[in-house]
Amino acid sequence: MSAGKYDVVIVGAGIVGAACALECAREKMRVAVVDHDVIGGGATAAGMGHIVAMDDSDAQFALTRFSQQLWQQARAELPDDVEYTQCGTIWVATDDEEMAEVHRKASYYEHRGVPVQILTAEELERLEPNLRKGMAGGLLVSEDGVLYPPCAARFLVEKAQALGAIVQLGAPVSEIGNGRVRRADGSELWAGVIVNAAGAWAPELTRDISVKKRKGHLVITDRYPGLVQHQLVELGYLKSAHSVTSDSVAFNVQPRRTGQVLIGSSRQYGAEHKEVDHEILTRMLQRAQEYMPSLAQTCAIRVWTGFRAATPDKLPLIGPWGEDSTLYLATGHEGLGITTSLATGRLLADQLVGRASMIPREPYLPSRTTTMEHAHV
Amino acid sequence: MSEQIELSVNGRRVTVAAGSSVAVAMMIGGASCRTSVSGEPRGPLCGMGICYECRAEIDGVAHRRSCQIACMSRMAIKTDG
Repeated sequence: MSAGKYDVVIVGAGIVGAACALECAREKMRVAVVDHDVIGGGATAAGMGHIVAMDDSDAQFALTRFSQQLWQQARAELPDDVEYTQCGTIWVATDDEEMAEVHRKASYYEHRGVPVQILTAEELERLEPNLRKGMAGGLLVSEDGVLYPPCAARFLVEKAQALGAIVQLGAPVSEIGNGRVRRADGSELWAGVIVNAAGAWAPELTRDISVKKRKGHLVITDRYPGLVQHQLVELGYLKSAHSVTSDSVAFNVQPRRTGQVLIGSSRQYGAEHKEVDHEILTRMLQRAQEYMPSLAQTCAIRVWTGFRAATPDKLPLIGPWGEDSTLYLATGHEGLGITTSLATGRLLADQLVGRASMIPREPYLPSRTTTMEHAHV
Repeated sequence: MSEQIELSVNGRRVTVAAGSSVAVAMMIGGASCRTSVSGEPRGPLCGMGICYECRAEIDGVAHRRSCQIACMSRMAIKTDG
């Protein structure tokens, strides 16, 4: 390590930065975490908090499943307010075409040791009686769960602090690089390694990375215990994937421990303002009601938005970046950052101490995105 | 005498004048209104749909604002107070 006050300075106290801080602190590094706002106030506060194994790509599966297992291992020590609940995900199929996808997905998961159960129409109706009648069936992924992300981030940060990490909040960072983190008030921190974990804002500090803001909306209802039992997600996005517009909505609801129902989801590129967009919010709620008509009779108590950090290949950027040997990235987690935060912390710490990782880390190395862009030229 | 309507509050039969709000039927029926998340008793406060303290289950739908809904014949009202 080069001379400096800290071994690692992590820019961003979202759940990803928090997990990186904890893993580095576990390696006995001197760690500082800085954030312009509060712990978990960005995408972390606007994430649904699912802890899921996802199969968009083999690399996505490897990272999400590894991270899900890390959450399961951490479960016993998670405080009550993290609200970790292994409610399972049900992928809902509306027709035979989507049922075929249920079978493909089931086989993919089964071959990789993830417990799944294919549900007939009747079984789905019994498990989730408030779904619209006449669904084709579904796939239950029973180890999936949900948690409350801001409290999970705070828990990780507090564990890092207990191991000596320093946390400085309310301090906007204006510039990073060459071992120096410069803040808007002119103060500086020095470190052997700087980790840009600023989520969708990461490109403001590291300009040439392939991360774009992808806006999302969330709605939470009043308490309706039992209305929804599992996380429910539509498979229909497969059909709408070729839609000409870049804005999309999908049915995704979760039961929260309070009895509230969390309703998502929307995706928008090129939307820079955090204000609620009523047109897409209406589409999102209509989509939710198509799947679950009784949601129309529920009371929403809050609507809010946030920005995912999206990359071209839907995989995060974890590792060194560019010519600056002090600069590392831990961003680009898009809609899976709550799940993949713990694995990200592990992969980053493994790289910093020069140790092999539990899963191959090449798919997430930021350097891949430069070759990707050349390939498109 | 105005028209009378019969409905049930927590399973008990209650008769009210037509045009009465559900909040009134709950009071006539002697039902305490609702209990807050932290366990405090709550009841109709503003009477104009703003405070949400008068919520009750009406015909199976939870969290309806009882002060804003007129009684209908055979309505089933449930409170958690």
